[in-house]
This record gives sequence, C-alpha cells and structure tokens, in this order.
Amino acid sequence: MERRLPPPQPALSRIKALLFVLALIPFVRTILIVLSGDAIDPVAFMTHATGDWILIFLMLTLAVTPLRRLGFPSAIVRLRRMLGLFAFFYATLHFSIYLVLDKFFDPVAIAHDVVKRPFITVGFTALVMMTPLAITSTDGWMRRLKRNWGRLHRAIYAVAIFGVLHYWWLVKRDLRQPILFAAILAVLLGLRLFWSFRQRYQVRQT
Amino acid sequence: MLIRKPSDIAPSEITPLQHYLDRRKFMMAGAAGLLMASDAFAALSFKKGTSVLAANDKPNSLRDITHYNNYYEFGSGKSDPSENAGVLKTHPWSIVVDGAVEKARTFDIDTLLRLPLEERIYRHRCVEGWSMVIPWVGFPLAALLKQMKLTAKARYVAFETLNRPSEMPGMAEGLLAWPYREGLRIDEAMHPLTLLAVGLYGNVLPNQNGAPIRLVVPWKYGFKSIKAIVRIHLTDTQPQTSWNLATPNEYGFYSNVNPTVDHPRWSQANERRIGEFLRRPTQMFNGYGSQVASLYQGMDLRKNF
Repeated sequence: MERRLPPPQPALSRIKALLFVLALIPFVRTILIVLSGDAIDPVAFMTHATGDWILIFLMLTLAVTPLRRLGFPSAIVRLRRMLGLFAFFYATLHFSIYLVLDKFFDPVAIAHDVVKRPFITVGFTALVMMTPLAITSTDGWMRRLKRNWGRLHRAIYAVAIFGVLHYWWLVKRDLRQPILFAAILAVLLGLRLFWSFRQRYQVRQT
Repeated sequence: MLIRKPSDIAPSEITPLQHYLDRRKFMMAGAAGLLMASDAFAALSFKKGTSVLAANDKPNSLRDITHYNNYYEFGSGKSDPSENAGVLKTHPWSIVVDGAVEKARTFDIDTLLRLPLEERIYRHRCVEGWSMVIPWVGFPLAALLKQMKLTAKARYVAFETLNRPSEMPGMAEGLLAWPYREGLRIDEAMHPLTLLAVGLYGNVLPNQNGAPIRLVVPWKYGFKSIKAIVRIHLTDTQPQTSWNLATPNEYGFYSNVNPTVDHPRWSQANERRIGEFLRRPTQMFNGYGSQVASLYQGMDLRKNF
C-alpha cells in the first residue's frame, strides 16, 4: 500500500531542519537543568524527562497518518521518520540512565528487574521492539523490505501501548499523566481501527 | 513568640556554609511569597543531640530537605509542597490527645515548644527508593504520652493530619483518604527514637516539612512520619493508615525499612541518597536495627510488611 512519495522540496528540508532543532530542545534543557543544580534528584529528573519525551514523540509519530487523513498536507509523512527516531533517541537515553545510574551495568539486577517488575518488563520490551524499527528506518531498508517494511513498522502500535503501560504501572498514586497519554493513544489507534473497519465494510459493499 | 534565649548552638556550627547560604536564599524567596508567617524560620533553642550516623552519612542541605517533599495535601509533585504550603496557617495550633486515656487533653503548640527540645540527625528513607539525612529538632513522642494517663486499652496510637482543604490545594485531587492517617503500636510510639519534630536545621519547621509538628520514625518508610498533626488517638485496635487504605498490598501497617522485602513494583534493596548519583544498599530498619529490632522479635516481617 506504500504510495510513491513526492520528491523532496526545499521548503520541506527547512521544516525538517527546524523540527530537528526543536526536538533537541528537551535534551538540551534537561542537561542545563541538571548542570545548574536545580534538580534535587537529578537522576529521577533525567529519567522522568526523557520518559515523557519518548511518549510525546511516539504520539507525534502516530499522529502523522490520522492528520493526513484529516486533511493535513500529505508531505508531513516525510517528518514521521525523524519523529520516530527521536522517540528512539530519548528511549536510548532513558535506558542508559537506568543502566548506568540505577543498575551500574549489573546484568543480574537488570535481568531480575525485567523478569520480576512488570513495568520494567513492558518498558524493556518496548525498547527492544523499537530497535529494529530504528535500524530499518532508512530508505535502503524500506526498499529492501518492500511490503514487509510496513508490516514490521506496525510494531510501533505495540511499542506505544507498552510505553504507556510502563508509565501507568510505575506511578505511585497520581495517574493523571498516564491517563492523558492513554487517552491520546486510544484516539490515535481508535481512528485507525475505525478507518480500517469502514474500509473493509465498503470493500464488501462494492 | 518563639524567639527566646539564643540557641545553645549556633546554626552555623551544624550547618555547612554552603547550606547556610542556601538557607538565606530560600528565606528571601519565601519572604516574597504571600502569607509567610512572621515567626517562620525563627531559631529554636535546643540541646545538640547525639546523632546516630555512619561515617558516610552527612546531612542534606536545607534546600534539598525543603524542596523535595512528599506531602500530597499540597500536590503530588516533589516541588508542590514548597510551592503551595506557604499559605498554611500553622498558628494557632493545638493537638487533641484522646481515646484510651483517663482524661483527654488538648495541647497548644506553644506549650509543646516549651518542652526540652533536642536535635536528632536521622536518616530518612522514602518508600520510593530515595533517602536523605535530616537534622530535626524535637522531643520524643514518649515525652508527650507520659503526660497522659493511658488506660490498659492503649495498645496503638493513631495520628491525624490537619484537614483544611481551603489551605491545602492538593486535597482536591483526592489521591488519598483524607485526613491523612497514620499509626504506631504503643511500644513503637514510646520508643526513644520516635520523635515529634518541631524544627529543622535549628529553626522552626518549614510548612512543607510538616509544620508546626510532625512525627519522625526513622526506621520506617517516610510516609509513616505523618505531618501537621492535629490529633493523637490511643486505641486498642490497629489504626487505619492512608497509604494502606489506598493500596493495601503495597503499604502495610508496619512499613519498616527492609531491604529484603520488596515493594510489589520495585526493589527496596538499595536507595539513592539525594546528592549522590549511584545507589547505595539499604540497611535493615534503616540502620537502626540495634535499637529497634527487638520490637519485632518473632514476627514474620515479610507478612507484617
């Protein structure tokens, strides 16, 4: 179902450059706050900040298709790869903080966490699933995988669900933020389900 | 009302200069806020206590202690209490002591502040997996309870926090059963380590830390150390506690610091001391085992978590 994409345009490359800079702002801001000493528990602060931005970028990535269908210029699909890769960038940072500062490279402690703590199990699974998506995000892999590329990259639905579950299960009491992410995700995935059911129904009618 | 004779010990003697400077900065920020009580941060007079610290324990800065708080009455974020607690009026204030006592009494905070105060530098371990070292000023809870004639039914002590939604904006979020409730067994309550704190770093307790009077039970997770106490009720049944009501399988009545009994969702084997980057091992009873382990002899601490 992959349609031929329109050729790159100069305006688009400027927008992409702008998006790249914007997407790095949370990273720079986090570092500046930690260096300034304003974060009293800098490790928790970095973990939460990167975690929030993984979910935000996952939601933005998943918003591209619905926005196109709702009338946004279809060229926005050209921003989708960068949005997804930034989700992976923040996920890598998020995991690195856990690996180094929480577990200090202790493979036994990490294995124990992954097996025993459901919120770590789903979070770790999401990261593992994101990795092949990041690797196969290039034009070369898109060509090589053909139709299978689209099938493989549908894994992002599971990644997003696991990501939101990870957040939901770790919160001590105040669920408002996880609920917000879950609601956004439900809309983004619900629209897809709705469209796909409708399409099937219409196909049968004709 | 609190400025009496100068402290036996100057705050500068126990406070590293850096922290002392932070304190001035904090005071200036506080003064800009609305409704800072005029007696806030007044110096207390107290006896310098013997701190029960290991060589690798050093007190956290006043800024850390006053800007990283769990106090859901003012919001669930760590910085919410420091931002929102300034409006709380902590004077006048009184504590009702009733229940299994011969005669119920109401103590005015000013009366309690005239009890002999001492400094206690305690480790503080939060159930979330972080810890601090905090120089409290206060008096043993036992000193208050000994002024009462307890009846034979006084087997437990139940505590209640102030219930004043108009000054406690976080209460509207309804995250816990209000008013905040906590409890101890009578022997835990009478233990000499169990403190009613009225001060911090030699000064009156800041609102976000539980002013004007809070419990400190250093061998238990921090949520046991109830803040802004208005009622102490002696009873023969184990009291309800707010976190236990919220999630019974995660927060037990005892909630002793125990590295071998994990929270259902995370490990309690280690902790991050605020100010350090790598985690350190958590000690049984938060390192106070030699004083308190005997209270729990013969008990299954996995079951009585």
